[in-house]
Amino acid sequence: MHELGVVFYVIRDVKAVAEEHDVERVDRVTLQIGEVSGVVHELLRDAWKWAVRKEPLMADAELEIETIPAITFCEDCKHDYPTVEYGKTCPHCGSEHTFLVQGNEFLIKDMRVE
Amino acid sequence: MGDVRVLEVKRSVFAENDRRADALRAELKARGTFLLNLMSSPGSGKTTTLAATFKALRGRLAMAVMEADIDSDVDARAMDALGVPAIQLHTGGMCHLDADMTAQGLEGLEALATPDTPIDLAILENVGNLVCPAEFDTGASANAMILSVPEGDDKALKYPLMFEVSDVVLINKIDVLPYFDFDLECCRERILMRNPKATIFPICAKTGEGIEPWADWLVDAVRAWQS
Repeated sequence: MHELGVVFYVIRDVKAVAEEHDVERVDRVTLQIGEVSGVVHELLRDAWKWAVRKEPLMADAELEIETIPAITFCEDCKHDYPTVEYGKTCPHCGSEHTFLVQGNEFLIKDMRVE
Repeated sequence: MGDVRVLEVKRSVFAENDRRADALRAELKARGTFLLNLMSSPGSGKTTTLAATFKALRGRLAMAVMEADIDSDVDARAMDALGVPAIQLHTGGMCHLDADMTAQGLEGLEALATPDTPIDLAILENVGNLVCPAEFDTGASANAMILSVPEGDDKALKYPLMFEVSDVVLINKIDVLPYFDFDLECCRERILMRNPKATIFPICAKTGEGIEPWADWLVDAVRAWQS
């Protein structure tokens, strides 16, 4: 729902890193996005295309997205399981005392530059 | 053409916002201003709840409000009419506020306050939305949310993050409980399952029922922040 907002954050961070490394042009940025981070990839790509065009440093930069799978851990039976399939309820013992171990991330992994 | 190389970044996109939010919190603490971030869905009664809260706290705390809206100033006008200094923040289409927008809003409020009456309690009325505002730390001293009876008692199951980040949950519009299949006890259990530390106040902003305990909680929280 806030894809445009996070694209602005990414651009700000990429520009800061580019400045530190004396970069002339950024031609690809790779993000790692958790499966349950709530970000819709298609909307993110649309927002990206629209926003980078205004940035001379990265006007044609390609966006690559890697997905981090969501995993939930059960405090009662100490097993983990895939979040998207089973949600909050542990498929091993039926407990609801569970918490997300990974899958909520939104990271800039790397950027290809010249 | 220079050489093509790949720079490892490995940085959370939210890290910079979190850093700015922490800096803002430290500044507010030094200034003695308690900032409450108030969140809810549209139509839950945020503005009416604020009006009732301000009435209950009049004379006990110096207050101000920041109204965040995608694009209007109706809420700020309503607050002005109550005699509470208010500024309107336009998010320009964004679905939430972040620490930078909040910091700008606070500067605007400081300009309204006189030097001899610093603001004890600033309330940030966030954009009506149960998803996005929960993900961005605004730099507030505490988070509160309003859940109104017509929305249903299952919201803690559907919007877990909002309930996890809220220190206080106000259950509003309890005057209409008889007309809805809303189980207050069940709702309370679901909220506490998401967030065992949540403080829950059932209120009716319209009649004023339950507002006193909530106002007392705010006074205690502000005094603890200032000590």
